[in-house]
Amino acid sequence: MVTLMIDGVKVQVEEGSTILEAARFYGIDIPTLCYHDELTPYGACRLCMVEVDDGRRTRLVASCLYPVREGIKVRTHTERVIKGRKLILELLIARCPSSKTLQDLASKMGLEQVRFKMENKDCILCGLCVRMCAEQMGSGAIGFVGRGQNREVVTPFRMASEICRNCGACMYICPVVDLQCRGVKSPGELCNSCLVITPQCLEKHGQVMCTLNSCGACVEKEEK
Amino acid sequence: MKKIRTPQELEALRNSLLQRRDTNKPCVRVCLGTGCRARGSLDVAKAFANEVKRQGLEIQVERKQTGCHGFCERGPVVVIGPKEIFYQRVKQRDVPEIVSKTLLNGEVVDRLLYANPATGQKVLYEYEVPFYKKQTRLVLANNGTIDPTNILDYIAIRGYQALAKAIKTMSCEEIIDTVEKSGLRGLGGGGFPTGRKWRLCREAPGDIKFVIGNGDEGDPGAFSDRSLMEGNPHSILEGMIIGAYAIGANQGYLYVRAEYPLALKHLQIAIDQAREYGFLGKNIFNSGFDFDIRINRGGGAFVCGESSALVASIEGKMGEPRAKYIHTVERGLWNKPTNLNNVKTWANVPFIINNGADWYGKIGTEKSKGTGIFSLVGKVNNTGLVEIPMGTPLRQVIYDIGGGILGGKKFKAVQTGGPSGGCIPEKLLDLPVDFEKLTEAGSMMGSGGMIVMDEDTCMVDVARYFLDFLQDESCGKCVPCREGIKRMLEVVTDITAGRGKEDDLELLQELANMVKEFSLCGLGKTAPNTVLSTLRYFKDEYEAHVRDKKCPAGICRDLIEYFILEDKCTGCGACLRLCPQHAIDAYGLIHTIDPAKCIRCGICRDACPFEAIIVR
Repeated sequence: MVTLMIDGVKVQVEEGSTILEAARFYGIDIPTLCYHDELTPYGACRLCMVEVDDGRRTRLVASCLYPVREGIKVRTHTERVIKGRKLILELLIARCPSSKTLQDLASKMGLEQVRFKMENKDCILCGLCVRMCAEQMGSGAIGFVGRGQNREVVTPFRMASEICRNCGACMYICPVVDLQCRGVKSPGELCNSCLVITPQCLEKHGQVMCTLNSCGACVEKEEK
Repeated sequence: MKKIRTPQELEALRNSLLQRRDTNKPCVRVCLGTGCRARGSLDVAKAFANEVKRQGLEIQVERKQTGCHGFCERGPVVVIGPKEIFYQRVKQRDVPEIVSKTLLNGEVVDRLLYANPATGQKVLYEYEVPFYKKQTRLVLANNGTIDPTNILDYIAIRGYQALAKAIKTMSCEEIIDTVEKSGLRGLGGGGFPTGRKWRLCREAPGDIKFVIGNGDEGDPGAFSDRSLMEGNPHSILEGMIIGAYAIGANQGYLYVRAEYPLALKHLQIAIDQAREYGFLGKNIFNSGFDFDIRINRGGGAFVCGESSALVASIEGKMGEPRAKYIHTVERGLWNKPTNLNNVKTWANVPFIINNGADWYGKIGTEKSKGTGIFSLVGKVNNTGLVEIPMGTPLRQVIYDIGGGILGGKKFKAVQTGGPSGGCIPEKLLDLPVDFEKLTEAGSMMGSGGMIVMDEDTCMVDVARYFLDFLQDESCGKCVPCREGIKRMLEVVTDITAGRGKEDDLELLQELANMVKEFSLCGLGKTAPNTVLSTLRYFKDEYEAHVRDKKCPAGICRDLIEYFILEDKCTGCGACLRLCPQHAIDAYGLIHTIDPAKCIRCGICRDACPFEAIIVR
């Protein structure tokens, strides 16, 4: 077992696990987009960056890849980290403005304005589908091609793949294609409304009490 | 050829070579580096061969085709031994004269000598040319004297003696200690202490280990690795063999970009010859140590110069980096301990073994030892390859060796370290060149590019240019690098096009800081350096673009206007005839430019004999 500090809390985790695994085990939330429990960590989205103090220096590391070491001090929500995460998310939303996953994350992080020109792409190149196909489905029908701006996920030579079984695992795991948001009216504006499509009160009370954030006001009413 | 198995055999071979060589014999050394080749040195070399044959001098005169001499500005370069007379810009037609005058009678062909631009004085000998005189040539010392395709030339200059010494008289620990004590640091740009890296790799658990030589030099304007690989490939091999012996590796790889055909050819010849002589292969120097090297050609991706991307590329995977929280010395190529060094670093090793750590430690500064090799290019008089001790001030490199700024213009900035380096302004010209000082100034050592810019350079445009390069060369794996560089380029392009907003500079700074901190690999982490350093030192230029919509250097097309000065214009019509847009009108004698039609190509300004056309 390795002992380390996460956000000031002394925790013990098994040797060989990553900071992200340790943090999630102890209920500390670190946002991720390219990480999945059952797939090899990839370290591409950079949202899971945390500050690590190993006694010599403090540096930013990707928590999904950084193996825990004895005595390190991890801080998951410093100003430097939050600022960077927000800017990364802003860049991703400018690329895929209609993704619900991204917009939910934006609401959670308090990101309200995108300062860049909007594109309209569907893929954030997180590589989850590529890894899913190769590692879990044992197929490897899709992969990355191109470099830099031309990078994309395709089948070899863009032809219908012979080894693809149409299992749909790639679609299942994709964080951005489902529930495309149609709420953005003008470029750069975020409506944040999809978060509250199904407010918590609906399940409890059988009727929609409000369309605002789950403020808890209705719960209070019921108790009275 | 019988393989060489003992140091005595090597020494005997060297002595027999030296005996056979007449040091007083006239010797023509033609530079066949890529730079001189482009200027026609192949024809010059051929002409020498024909002329020597025609005059029946094949026995009296020795001919040698060497690697890059470094003074590429003055190519094709020919040096006549034994006096080392230096001829520059030699043409095919000059050859008969050189043969009959210099080679046969010892006379000098005056017009081919290098004239010092400052004094106008002609310089006779290679070692007296100011460009060479101020340098300390260690790794490049033999580039201009040996034939890179002949191993015997290398053996004659004590080649492979360091290998014999290391294997026969030193233990692996001693070799690593010597390298560590010498203070040699990674010359690929990182500056990691080489000895420590070797030790980590040696101590890493595992039977199979690898060494890799990184010759994937991709920076625009850098050619130091290329010149070394072309001009002295055996020094790289010798360093790698010594390193492999010390670390315990049996297989080495040289990763060289495919755009360097000559370097690939010379390295392959060198490897074949080294195998033939027993320096590579089984049981090297009867020590039971087996080692071989193979060459991997890079496919032209800039990111493959990054160690983990390079390793992925050798494995046959897509050339993209991975996080290095577990270092390559523990898990590198095929998950085995791997020691990767730049080819220049490897080439330093034989010197350290031969002369000792203390000797090497005397060159350079306290923390950066040895020499630095820079490709001095841009708006400087003497373009070429420069080797200087670490700690030499930039001013000395640019003015004493580089001969100052082209056309007597004013110096503005120098960019070190290629596209990921920063621009250093005039006020920091006395900065000593070493790893720490360059990093402090917001730049880096990189792989040794040094681009000099004059007053006619727009720093915002420079930032835009390098971002454009990096946008294409980012592998695209991680978000900060792929999206961040794209957006930085977008903002900077807007600024150069006059669409810049007041808060753009803040956004640019924010983006640059984030990309620097959050990117996955060295490419992304250093990509914003140009932006950050220009924002730091040349903020006024950005502000002029954003606030006043003016480009002070007169480069950004959307922000400038060509204008004809009435009092200087004679109405000759030179501009009018050449203007591709027919934007110039003549009212009587005075010409005017219609800004709406003008595309700011600058043809009119170049054509005007009276300097009546200005940019404002």
